[in-house]
Amino acid sequence: MREPENITEMKQILEAALLTAGQALSLDDMLKLFAGRMERTTLRMLLDELKQEWEEKTLELVQVATGYRFQAKAEYSAFIARMNPEREPKYSRAVMETLAIIAYRQPVTRGDIEQIRGVTVNPNVMRQLIERDWIDVVGQREVPGRPSLYATTKHFLDDLNLRSLAELPPIEDFTQSEIPLDS
Amino acid sequence: MLITTSDIKINGEALYELPKDLYIPPDALEVYLESFEGPLDLLLYLIRKNNLDILNIPMADLTAQYMLYVEKMKAIKLELAADYLLMSAMLIEIKSRMLLPKPAEIEEEDDPRAELVRRLMEYEAIKLAAKNLDEMPKVGEELQVAHAYYHHIAEIKPPEVSMDELVEAWKNVLKRAKLNSHHKLGRAELSVREHMSMVLRRLQTEGMCEFSALFDLKIDGLPKLVVNFLAILELAKEGLVKITQQAAFSTIYLQASSAE
Repeated sequence: MREPENITEMKQILEAALLTAGQALSLDDMLKLFAGRMERTTLRMLLDELKQEWEEKTLELVQVATGYRFQAKAEYSAFIARMNPEREPKYSRAVMETLAIIAYRQPVTRGDIEQIRGVTVNPNVMRQLIERDWIDVVGQREVPGRPSLYATTKHFLDDLNLRSLAELPPIEDFTQSEIPLDS
Repeated sequence: MLITTSDIKINGEALYELPKDLYIPPDALEVYLESFEGPLDLLLYLIRKNNLDILNIPMADLTAQYMLYVEKMKAIKLELAADYLLMSAMLIEIKSRMLLPKPAEIEEEDDPRAELVRRLMEYEAIKLAAKNLDEMPKVGEELQVAHAYYHHIAEIKPPEVSMDELVEAWKNVLKRAKLNSHHKLGRAELSVREHMSMVLRRLQTEGMCEFSALFDLKIDGLPKLVVNFLAILELAKEGLVKITQQAAFSTIYLQASSAE
């Protein structure tokens, strides 16, 4: 084993690690590759260069919440999907609405979710989201019963190809016309 | 974006127009209500699609119907019945407050419908946000994370060995050597001490030396190799040589401690 001697070799090491990881690698993960012989700023620069080098290829280097990962470019996903015709069953509207409330209003309690949706939260809905590792309990509200406060996880952002919640469209984008009180 | 009437099927037939009096046959109720995510969703639909005036909902009829549904629903989905019942209670409260004359001392009172409208609009936005989330590409569905195959190799850190452990190991070796001394290899010529000197001598002339260079695999037999190794360990134990390695699996170097 010989330590890398120039930028090109360092990028090759990065590339090999990212391609074989199967999940996003954080800057800290990648710094380990160089056993303390790499600055964070240099690493970021190398990742930017790597991103550009792959622009013309089938994979792209993207940054998500937990770090960097290679993924197939969007134009190939329809073809790749043909190999796995059994698609994941869609989540129910109840699940997606609960997720949206947690994403946009977090941290929220079950009571908050019920207030917005106007229906009781089915424990099954919360379980599905927790099992998917899209939401988790981040604390309790200091009110009688100490209800759990739910928030979305980094894994949720990763799965939706987001670096942060700020990349979601603002809720105002979805606000519809005012409901007239006098018609 | 919102549910259209054709999404709702009653007795297998699509519902193209909502009944004017809001009346839905109790048998079809479950199917009907499953198309909605609760009373807010239903009310929102009625308002957006039918220009239903919240003020002009025929409260008496609505209540009578709701009560009938609630009776039916008790057997099926009690918690759902409760949600719808709460909504009808809220509508009736709004209606009564609209009808009652305002007490003179209260100058400005919020429109009783304002809170309901706020909730409806908040729910509507969340509902569309949920749809948007649902349509976003997701890992495992539209997104494929690259994962090239490689044979997993973890870096194996050499176990830490303390001087005490080395001493202990050496004592054990000696103990066993004594026990087996009757068929022991010629200890005189293969003495560890001798090899210690040989190694030290070599280090004196060569300075730093590669660990592997101290073993001549072609010439020396296994017993000699072992003794040579024991000699190096003993030298290290007595602080006569320094053993260094830059990284795991890289070359190990020996150096006489006095060389510095």
